Amino acid sequence: MITFTINGKEVRGQDGWTILEVARWNGIEIPTLCHHGALEPYGACRLCVVEVNDGKRSRVVISCMYPIRPGIQVQTESPRVANVRRWIIQLLLDESPESPKIQELAKTFGVTPSRFKKAGVDFACHLCGLCVRACQEVVGVQVLTFGNRGLRKAITSPFNAASKECLGCGTCTYICPTGAMDQVFQRVKG
Amino acid sequence: MQITSIDDLQKAKGTGLNQLYPDKPKILVGMATCGRAAGAQRVYDLLHKKAQQEHWDGVVEKTGCIGFCYKEPLVDAIFPGKPRITYGEVTPEIAGALWEELAAGRIPEKQIMARLDMDDMVLNGGPRKFFKGKLKGFLAKTPRYEDLDFFKLQRHIAMRNCGFIDPDNLLHYIARGGYFPLYTTLTTMTPEEVINVVTFAGLRGRGGGGFPTGVKWASCRKAQGWPKYVLCNADEGDPGAYMDRSLIEGDPHAILEGMLIGAYAIGSSEGYIYVRAEYPLAVKTLQRAILSAREAGLLGENIFGTGFNFDIKLNLGGGAFVCGESTALMASIEGKPGEPRAKYVHTVDKGLWNRPSNLNNVETWANVPVIIGKGADWYRDIGTEGSKGTKIFSLVGQVKNVGLVEVPMGVSIKDLVMQVGGGVPENREFKAIQIGGPSGGCIPKEHWDLPIDFDSLWDAGAIMGSGGMIVMDNSTCMVDVAKFFLDFLIDESCGKCIPCRLGLKRMREILEEFSAGKGSLADLDEMESLSEAVKDGSLCALGGSAPNPVLTTLRYFREEYEAHILQQKCPAAVCKELITYTINPELCNGCTACVAECPQDAITGDKKKPHSLDTSLCIKCGACFEVCKFGAVAVA
Ligand SMILES: Cc1cc2nc3c(=O)[nH]c(=O)nc-3n(C[C@H](O)[C@H](O)[C@H](O)COP(=O)(O)O)c2cc1C
Ligand code: SF4
Ligand code: SF4
Ligand code: SF4
Ligand code: FES
Ligand code: FES
Repeated sequence: MITFTINGKEVRGQDGWTILEVARWNGIEIPTLCHHGALEPYGACRLCVVEVNDGKRSRVVISCMYPIRPGIQVQTESPRVANVRRWIIQLLLDESPESPKIQELAKTFGVTPSRFKKAGVDFACHLCGLCVRACQEVVGVQVLTFGNRGLRKAITSPFNAASKECLGCGTCTYICPTGAMDQVFQRVKG
Repeated sequence: MQITSIDDLQKAKGTGLNQLYPDKPKILVGMATCGRAAGAQRVYDLLHKKAQQEHWDGVVEKTGCIGFCYKEPLVDAIFPGKPRITYGEVTPEIAGALWEELAAGRIPEKQIMARLDMDDMVLNGGPRKFFKGKLKGFLAKTPRYEDLDFFKLQRHIAMRNCGFIDPDNLLHYIARGGYFPLYTTLTTMTPEEVINVVTFAGLRGRGGGGFPTGVKWASCRKAQGWPKYVLCNADEGDPGAYMDRSLIEGDPHAILEGMLIGAYAIGSSEGYIYVRAEYPLAVKTLQRAILSAREAGLLGENIFGTGFNFDIKLNLGGGAFVCGESTALMASIEGKPGEPRAKYVHTVDKGLWNRPSNLNNVETWANVPVIIGKGADWYRDIGTEGSKGTKIFSLVGQVKNVGLVEVPMGVSIKDLVMQVGGGVPENREFKAIQIGGPSGGCIPKEHWDLPIDFDSLWDAGAIMGSGGMIVMDNSTCMVDVAKFFLDFLIDESCGKCIPCRLGLKRMREILEEFSAGKGSLADLDEMESLSEAVKDGSLCALGGSAPNPVLTTLRYFREEYEAHILQQKCPAAVCKELITYTINPELCNGCTACVAECPQDAITGDKKKPHSLDTSLCIKCGACFEVCKFGAVAVA
């Protein structure tokens, strides 16, 4: 057992657990977007950030991947954490102001659209990669991939074409938090 | 030639020295990529052909980059008993004339840049003097390398062989003391001793972060798992930086030897060099070096008969900037997309194929043989308290002497720009220096006494990065500079994590408003808090350091931002939305030159009478400003 603190409260977990797992076990809320208990963590949305002090220095890390270590002090609401979280929600909200999932987050954290708000898309993909991982890890085929990079990054299939491998199982559309997968699914399943 | 014992090595050294400094004249042409870009291949071909046609009793040879890139093509003449003479800006035409003289045994005065009285050799136990007695005539007046402002402060350790040896010739490398440190390592030192020497020498990674190299090696040695990998990062993606390329093209064996020593210390028998495919000459040079080292038995099994095995594979990278990041680089070698991943488990424990892996930069590796050969004390004497040794910089931008320079850590920005760089061009004024590549920082003139070392730069908000330095003069707008670097980083972001992908885009949007005179002082604070969010929240160091150009310009040039926002003025007259072109009737003599240039027909007037410019038509292209010889077009 590894003992450490979250927001000053002593908590315990087993070797190999992440901060997020221990936090949830103890009923401490940390927002997430790209995390799913059944899939390998991917660490892309950064919404689950916490501040960790290991006695030497204090860093902002992602709770969904950071392995717990004895004696660390974790803060889930520190000013640095709140700043990162606020900005991620702000950026997502301005990018896809009609997305229900993002609206919900914005409401919880009191974020409102800014002057940079885009014309609304309700099914905007946030590149959380849940579909890619579910297809690979749960279904066991590799139909979906990330195409391109940077601002042009998008979910696609190899060569952007209908895939022979696709079983049409719909696991990707089921797991997609935004509904963006529906469109890609139509193209991929052929 | 097999080199499996100290006798073999000594013999190779003897042969190599005879080739390096034969009893006959030798002509060297600088043939790294920058030399070739200036026409060195044609110069070499011409000299080589002439020598053959005329059955010249001498040697024409290629060599790497000595750093004088602003004077390329470079040709050197080494006559027995004479100083080595460097000729600059030797175009093919000049090379023809130069040949006539040299072939006749004369050293011409024209195009001479400098002379070298001895070869310091760095590793080979003392300098080798080129001549005895005193020089006469113009030779005596020719400046020595060490008299030139460009070289005075320089000290070539990583670049020790660049510009001296033929990079494809293993014997040349051995002649200047190469592979002796490896021999010493394998036959007299334990791995722990090697690690201790490198740690005590104070070597820090030259790839950007400045992490202590010995400490990294020690963790990798301790890590559980087998095999272990030793990797070399030759991705070098910073625009305008070419230190690593130049080292590879000038002295590839220095890198191989460094990796061999590292592999012994760590306990690894497999190495990879990740080099960008856009560096064809570097790739070829490495291929040839690896082959010749293998043939000699310096790579492969049972090296020097000690039972130590190590071999190196080349891996060609697609050239994405982010592939230089350690985890992305390893993913790329594995054949996966070159994307970073979280590093909460270090790559020294679980790196390439989840095995313990030690990654160092090209320049870091090139320093290693010297540290072993000369000892940690010798090395510690160079540099500052926290940053030992030298660093190679590519000095570009608004300076007279553009080139590669290797200086001891701790040299001030002022000395680097004004002395080594020769200052900014006439009628301009130094404004700032951008250090550390695209995500480095801009340091202003007020701080130009700052010593260049890892910690001072960090405190000033910049980073050492890989060693790119861009000098900026007073015609540069700092808001515009911040936009330029952000554009690069937005283009190169892999897009995996949100703070980097969307945060940088938002920063860019806010900057765009500033350069159009919009926004408010509150937006400056927003910019700072967003910068902090991107730094804290990003997955890898690309996003983690991307706000630096914005943060440092804000820190040192806040009044310039305020001028844009509050007065709708761009003090450097760069931001198009905030400037107007006008014609000063007092100075305009009606030459009509600008009328022909203006794509908008915004300028009208009678010949020989002052013209006028219709600002409502003007698109601010600046063509009239450039063409007016009388300074009658004003921009403000
Ligand atoms: C976006 C990014 C690009 C990088 N590019 C390079 C590179 O081109 N060459 C390099 O040596 N290190 C690069 N680095 C640093 C490497 O991740 C790593 O720290 C370095 O190679 C370690 O070697 P060192 O300890 O010898 O410096 C880059 C880092 C980041 C975040
Ligand atoms: S399609 Fe859906 S599940 Fe896939 S990355 Fe986009 S938002 Fe995530
Ligand atoms: S910080 Fe940028 S480059 Fe690095 S993982 Fe995130 S999106 Fe990719
Ligand atoms: S180029 Fe200069 S001098 Fe000539 S017409 Fe234009 S403004 Fe006048
Ligand atoms: S939930 Fe942790 S990074 Fe997305
Ligand atoms: S290649 Fe010759 S000085 Fe740069």
